[in-house]
Formats: sequence, structure tokens, C-alpha cells
Amino acid sequence: MTWKPLHLICGLAWAAAAAGVSPAQAQDRGKLIATAGLIQIEGAGGGGLAPWALITGYGTRDSVGANVHGTVVRVTNFTLSTLGAAVGLYDRVELSYTRQFFDTGGTGRALGLGGGYQFSQDVFGVKLRVFGDGILDQDSWLPQVAVGMQYKVNNRTDVLRAIGAKSDQGADFYVAATKLFLTQSLLLNATVRMTRANQFGILGFGGDRSDSYHPEFEGSAALLLSRNWAVGGEYRTKPDNLRFAREGDAYDLFVTWLPAKWVSATLAYVDLGSIATRKHQEGVYASLQLGF
Amino acid sequence: MPVFSSVSRLAAMALAAALLAAPARAGTLYDDLGGRAGVQRIADGMLQRALSDPRIKDKFQDADIERLQGLLMLDFCKLAGGPCRYPGRDMATAHADLNLAPRHFNAIVEDLQDSMQAEGIPFRTQNRLLALLAPMHRDIVAPPGAKPEATP
Ligand code: HEM
Repeated sequence: MTWKPLHLICGLAWAAAAAGVSPAQAQDRGKLIATAGLIQIEGAGGGGLAPWALITGYGTRDSVGANVHGTVVRVTNFTLSTLGAAVGLYDRVELSYTRQFFDTGGTGRALGLGGGYQFSQDVFGVKLRVFGDGILDQDSWLPQVAVGMQYKVNNRTDVLRAIGAKSDQGADFYVAATKLFLTQSLLLNATVRMTRANQFGILGFGGDRSDSYHPEFEGSAALLLSRNWAVGGEYRTKPDNLRFAREGDAYDLFVTWLPAKWVSATLAYVDLGSIATRKHQEGVYASLQLGF
Repeated sequence: MPVFSSVSRLAAMALAAALLAAPARAGTLYDDLGGRAGVQRIADGMLQRALSDPRIKDKFQDADIERLQGLLMLDFCKLAGGPCRYPGRDMATAHADLNLAPRHFNAIVEDLQDSMQAEGIPFRTQNRLLALLAPMHRDIVAPPGAKPEATP
């Protein structure tokens, strides 16, 4: 693989810096607090598991926004950590890069990989807002709709082949619809993702059971408690492509604190289902985001 | 891990209950905002904040503030279901020359939120008023080509 993730990080940092030195409205921080959403596990603007149709960052149509995030998901037998950056351009286009580290802990030894064996994966994301204003169009049921792609490159080609995966890289395509129902202080999201990814891609793409694209559903509900607090839950279905280990659905229940537009912290209970023969992978999800 | 499972089930039930709980409604939104006196204080508070808000105060340079103060109150009162007639211009006409961008619109929304917060209006009641105002962005905010950069 000749991807140079470092280059993209530099690119994103550059974009953020460029935004930082240009005139005031180049970073107008003009969106209302919380209406930029959070960053989901693969780096796109969204909830924790699902990408949303909202463009990340607090820039409006005349401006840009950007953020960095770090997330740790500690479940029964594994730890998934992610680090990444995302840029929202003119409330229209979103670019993101995230690196995921999947630590197999003691299970690595049991599976013959060695203790503490780690997979890592680069996720390059792009999202285009197609139509709708999910925040301000409160007199209609029409949601904000966006389409997106996540290109994922896993670094463990040989192991992936050994467990029955067909490929070490793959692209997910999704359509997301997001709507804030202000009268109810409730934000709803529905996403349909076409994917071949096993466990988000951490166990590769396609498998000996199935190698074709499957439509998967991802739903989110968030209740705004105040300008600075939200609670919610999400559900995400996943493919089941590998013979050696069944894969199930994931869900989370989260609480998010947004003391200001430039920082947010999310704590969640998460259940990722069964992973690599280990059942009931549940635990804690913690994420910190900084940006503008 | 049974502990986690029961915690998650409890949390799920709590969330479902919270989602289903209808906002407490004493009567119309107008009543919940404190009637005529309450709406007056909310509108005044928003205008005072807007006039000293560095993001938008320049937009009010040429405005007749006293007239605006009266009209804002009547506009909010009528929107919230109160016994008021709004005698002013429509939103598109009133804001046509101001070259307003989304950031200006959201800035005044934040000033309104601060005003309602200071009046002790519960968050969910605040959002019921915002839900009525939000669609007005289509008339108030200038179309993208209008180059709002000309006036900050
Ligand atoms: C939901 C948001 C808004 C509402 C409900 C609203 C409401 C009103 C009303 C009722 C009037 C009086 C109309 C008339 O003169 O006949 C008015 C005028 C005005 N508004 Fe707004 N407005 C909003 C947003 C804004 C924003 C974002 C700005 C600027 C940052 C702004 C600046 C003005 C100014 C300067 C006038 C006076 C215009 C003049 O006297 O020629 N408004 N607005």
C-alpha cells in the first residue's frame, strides 16, 4: 500500500490553518451549537456509529469549519481507538481522515496472532450535502439529505486472507437523512450504507460466506436537554460475511456535553455484538472533539 | 456481563421514556412565554443583545429601533398564538436591503436564546418558539449569490 496518511493529515491541518488566518467569516462559527453534529467511529460527521447528513464543523455556507477527534471504545475483549480530522467546506462538502487501531488484547494470542496483536485501518471520507436544511426548515418534514463514501484501507493483508476476507480495502457508500424536530427537541437520523466491510473493515472486506455489497441500516435519535447537553441512542446493522465468526448488530446509548462550540465530549455505553468469535462485546465509548 | 446488560436496558427504558414524554404545556406557547409582559421582555432582551452583538450590531445602524421594538413584540406575540395583530412589513421586504447571511440569522437566534434563558423560559419551551421562527430564514437570509461579505 502506498497511501500516505501523513500527507492527508498535513493537508487537513493546512486547510484548517488556512481557514485560521483568513478573514473573519472564513471561520464564522455561524452554526448553532450542537447543530454540527459529532464525529462517528469512521470519522464522518454524525453520531457515534452513524454518519449524519449534517456537514461537520461550525462553518455556514460562506465559511469552513474543521475539527480533530480522539475516540476510545473499550469492549469486553478488544479496544478500538481512533484519531482523525475533518473539514466542512461551505456547509456543502465534508472531507475526513481517520486512523483506527484495533487492539486484540489477550484474544490475539488465543486466535494465534500473538498477544496484543493490532490491526489498523485508514478511513478516507467524503460527504456531499444534496438538499434540505435539517435544522432551520422547521415547517416541513423534509430532512437534510447527504451522500457519502468512506474508503478504507486495512494494514493486515495476510491475516485478513487467512480468516477468509476477500480484500484488505473497500469503499462504503451511504445516503443519510437527518432532521431536527425542534418542537420536540429531538434529532432523528437514518442512514443506509452499501458495504462489504467486516466489523467496519477491521476484519477486511467481503468473505467466504458473501462477497457482495449489502444495504445496512443505521439509525440515531438524540434528545436535546439544553444547549449544552444531549442524550441519545443509535443502532447499526452490519454484514455477516465471514464463516469463522458471526457478526451482529451494534448499538449505543450516549450522553454528550457541549460546553462551547469548540469542544465536545461524549460518553456512551456501546454493544458491538460478537467480534472474531468473542460474544457480547460491550463496554464504554469515550470521545473528545476540538474544532471550530 | 449481566451488569452491563441490565444497565443498558435501564438506560434504554429511561431514554424511551424521555423521548415519549410530551413537553409540559400549560396552554398556548404565548401563555408559556409569560403572556404579553413575558413576550415583551423576551423581544426587548433579544433586541438589546443584538444591538451590542459585534457580529450583527452594524446591521441596525439605519433602523428605527423604537418602531422595531414594538413590531418585534407584536410579531412574536402573534406567532406564539397570542391576541395580537402584526402591522409591520413582511419579513422579505423588511430585510431585503440588509444582505443577511446564515451567520447573522443564527447570531440573532443565539441572542434570542440568551434572552429567553435570562427570563427563565424552559429549554423545550424556547425551542417551540424557535421552531416557529426558523423557517423565516428563507425570507430573511439573502440568497448565496448576494455576497454578504460587503457588510460584515
Ligand atoms: C427570525 C429572525 C428575525 C425576525 C423574526 C425578525 C423580525 C423583524 C421585524 C418584525 C421587523 C420589523 C419589520 C418592519 O420594519 O416593518 C424587522 C426589521 C428589521 N430586522 Fe429583523 N428579524 C429577524 C432577523 C433579523 C436579523 C438576523 C437581522 C440582522 C442581523 C435583522 C435586522 C433587522 C433590521 C435592521 C430591521 C429594521 C429594518 C428597517 O427599519 O428598515 N433581523 N425584523
